[in-house]
Amino acid sequence: MSNEIRIINGIVFDPTNDIEGKVAEICIRDGKIVSEVSKSAKVINAKGMAIMPGGVDIHCHITGPKVNLARKLMPEDHRLDPHFKTPNTQSGSGGIVPSTFATGYRYATLGYTTAMEAAVPPLTARHALEEMYDTPIIDNGFYVLLGNNLFLQSLIAEGRYEEFKEAVAWWLNATKAYTVKLVNPGGDEPWKGHKNLNVKDIDEDSKATDIAPRKVIDAFIDALHELGTPHPPHIHCNNLGHSGNFDTTLETMKTAGDRRLHIAHIQFNSYGGELGKSPKSASKEITDYVNDHENITCDVGQVMFGKAMFMTADAPLTYLLRGYKPQKWVNADTECESGCGILPFDYQGMIYTHAIQWAIGLEIFLLSKDPWRIVLSTDHPNGGSFMNYPMVIKLLMDYEFRKEAMKHLNQKAMNSTILGELKREYTLNEICIITRAGPAKCLGLKNKGHLGVGADADITIYDMLEDKEEMFNAPRYVIKAGMLLIENHEFVSDYTDKKVLRVAPEFDKDIEKVIKPFFDDFYSVSFRNYPIQDDYLHGHGVVIDSVKKNSIHEN
Amino acid sequence: MSAVSKDNTIVNEKIVENATCTFCGCCCDDITLTVDMDKKVVTKAKDACVLGKSWFLNHVIEDKPIARIAGKEVPLDDAIDEAAKILIEAKFPILYGMSDTICEAQRQCAPIMDDCLGTIDTTTSVCHGPSGMAFQGVGEPSMTLGEVKNRADFVMYWGGNPAEAHPRHFARYAVTPEGMFTPNGKDDRTVVICDVRHTKTAGVADIFLQVKPGKDFELLWMLRAACKGVEIPDNCKEICGIDKETVTDLFEKMKNCTYGVIFFGMGLTMSRGRHFNSGALMALATDLNEFTHFVAKPARGHGNVTGADNVVAWQTGYPFGVNFSRGHPRFNPGEFTTVDTLTRGEADAALIIASDPVANFPKPAIDHITSEKCKLISIDTKNTPTSEAAHVSIQTSTYGINTGGTVYRMDDVPISLRPAFDSPFPSDLEVLTKLRKKVNKLAKKLNRPYATKKYI
Repeated sequence: MSNEIRIINGIVFDPTNDIEGKVAEICIRDGKIVSEVSKSAKVINAKGMAIMPGGVDIHCHITGPKVNLARKLMPEDHRLDPHFKTPNTQSGSGGIVPSTFATGYRYATLGYTTAMEAAVPPLTARHALEEMYDTPIIDNGFYVLLGNNLFLQSLIAEGRYEEFKEAVAWWLNATKAYTVKLVNPGGDEPWKGHKNLNVKDIDEDSKATDIAPRKVIDAFIDALHELGTPHPPHIHCNNLGHSGNFDTTLETMKTAGDRRLHIAHIQFNSYGGELGKSPKSASKEITDYVNDHENITCDVGQVMFGKAMFMTADAPLTYLLRGYKPQKWVNADTECESGCGILPFDYQGMIYTHAIQWAIGLEIFLLSKDPWRIVLSTDHPNGGSFMNYPMVIKLLMDYEFRKEAMKHLNQKAMNSTILGELKREYTLNEICIITRAGPAKCLGLKNKGHLGVGADADITIYDMLEDKEEMFNAPRYVIKAGMLLIENHEFVSDYTDKKVLRVAPEFDKDIEKVIKPFFDDFYSVSFRNYPIQDDYLHGHGVVIDSVKKNSIHEN
Repeated sequence: MSAVSKDNTIVNEKIVENATCTFCGCCCDDITLTVDMDKKVVTKAKDACVLGKSWFLNHVIEDKPIARIAGKEVPLDDAIDEAAKILIEAKFPILYGMSDTICEAQRQCAPIMDDCLGTIDTTTSVCHGPSGMAFQGVGEPSMTLGEVKNRADFVMYWGGNPAEAHPRHFARYAVTPEGMFTPNGKDDRTVVICDVRHTKTAGVADIFLQVKPGKDFELLWMLRAACKGVEIPDNCKEICGIDKETVTDLFEKMKNCTYGVIFFGMGLTMSRGRHFNSGALMALATDLNEFTHFVAKPARGHGNVTGADNVVAWQTGYPFGVNFSRGHPRFNPGEFTTVDTLTRGEADAALIIASDPVANFPKPAIDHITSEKCKLISIDTKNTPTSEAAHVSIQTSTYGINTGGTVYRMDDVPISLRPAFDSPFPSDLEVLTKLRKKVNKLAKKLNRPYATKKYI
């Protein structure tokens, strides 16, 4: 049968099922991994090659309104990196923010088959879904920005927690999101309403809503814990990017108690030193806490040298950074819900701050003890493009390479870190965990990130090469939902039947009566036109079920 | 639902609540339509403005063929086959228009041109194209319209006439609505209008600035300099037609507001200076953020021109004027924009979607597009000079009235449409999806050697 594939002789890495580098056979039928296929199945001989589940990116910015603004902003960048048409695929533009088609194809050429968009305002979530439909191959989902939602904040401030929980569930359903994203909670109101100020302390009451960020964070952790969403709140902490912010990060993690919480791009939240001065590494303080607390998961947000694009709902931060190098800048306020800042950026190895950011990210990788709870990311495109992932992998797997790289960077920064003393080298199995098995577990995706019977047949086959950057840069085969897409490094077909992953927690319909008056007064769209219809999933929506647990290691 | 009409006959009536008017970029989504389902007409459009009423109430299903080739009625599939053949065989096919259709249909367009190695362009190139180019140069501090309603205490319109072009802009979003931090509506706002003539819009202004024609840039640049501490020059009136005191006072008001916004129109983008003008304005709004929160936004015209920009940008990386002839998107306004490809006589096939260049373009462009040298294909909801001149002409149903889908308001907020009644004509989406499939099939057959080398 044509929809059957048998992969033979390959070296299988499937950490979820405790298989580490064993030669085994993988069988595929109807888009799933099965125990046996018929003799007529297509055979792929993967002798000497590594077989891994398709990569899962837990945090990137690839679709939605702010991504498109950044795309429009950078014609000079697209021009230098065209993405050519092939008989099987569409053309596009590359660069730090590639066009949708190019994004899908390029993720696939790294062996990634799932990528989660990390920040979408509810009001413009339709836009994100429409772009996802135009992003081929990779399965997507997105995190909806609720941390600066004025209506939800007012419910918290008034102590109406039950209604708050219902309203959060309503918003998750109305937008077809995967989880809640909190970005600099409480920071939008001072920015928009008080002449570009920001909130500085997690316990500080924001002028507009009389509510401290900690209360907002606590309420969301609680609500999602109660609702049992497969992924907890995904938080971009207050004071991100500021020297001395590790305290805020620790306080944020402590707020969670023993409930689950995901800290996004934790590298940007692990700075010591004094506010306003150059940052120092606080990777140890941060990783110590993460190592000891099973309820915390994080992605690193590794900084890589070269072009980047700040693209964040943390508008005050972007404006602050523009102060260092005035250039084109986009701000986009979304009524009652969110802010957004966009700024092109260049990370340079000779600059102290950039070099220390690079080192802090690597320190976090190397100091963390549980690879299941630390995910590889560059916060694409904030810390650099996702196209840097193979290079990050090489840095983690090769101590000598790391030492050599350090020689060419700002020496003051290198001397102030312990990176040179960390001799740990990641194994292939650990890489497999931080790029696919781990993030799938953090997200609660039971059918992804592993190769057991019943899993989605998203599979990547790499040539086993000495140079790990080269190895992870160009998989020989990529299979998505059982369909062979890349064969001998070339696209052999296009794939548009990708899925949109989302949650649908139950809620009391009466909550709409509480929400609607706020809409009528303060929104510029009708309440009835706000929730997103199922049509926008184009029949590709997949609801991931709720499960209550305190750690990804619980079964 | 049935109702009794004035002459006591029973009418088969339907009410559509929260319908969206797609006439202009305001995309008001609070219209209540009353539809006579027997006659297939909208009889009432509650809350619509004069333009919106005219858009809804004058819409009738015309008795016309769906598809024509060289003026003769043909089955739709034949017309699509002919269009696909023309496009794939052409040496320099162009696709233009797209601003008056839904995003779902727009999404089919770039892939069609990708397969034909053609050029795609939208009506943006003749309206806010310069703003798109300025955006690429300086960025833009911006907002959704609800933020203006809730927060803006300083509202300025520059080079536009919303009172006549976007009639509900004042009442629904920017001038009179009572918002979260503007509970007293207009009393909480300073409204400034800057234009070369005293238009109907100027009537609402607290301050009206009559700038000398073609001197917008100078005025903007003086304000930018003021942000950096440079005094407004004494000969200000001589330069831009407004005296020094007024400009100084304006600058103080801009600086001291809590949330300032400037909307700008084609008076700025299509007068001398073009993208320099839009760029200066966006840069001024950026500069003002040193003092307070300040944003700017182009007031876009057509119902979904903002969607066209967004779709073309996410698919190709560039908002308009994109060419695929080297196997990847290239952007060059002036080279790949439609007026230029036609005026230079380059295009040998043109697919025009929901727009009317034959009525609006400069004469040399019209001469070429209607000549033997250029095979013209039109997909439109109404008979226009373009559809009449077209070799292949396909009549489609109207978005927002007959078909649903997504449009983007001028502030990039996507809104779903609620159609009023069915039309016998196919939707743009249906026609373009079929055309895309057909073109793709023909392209695969041709098996062109696509470029693999960078030409940069």
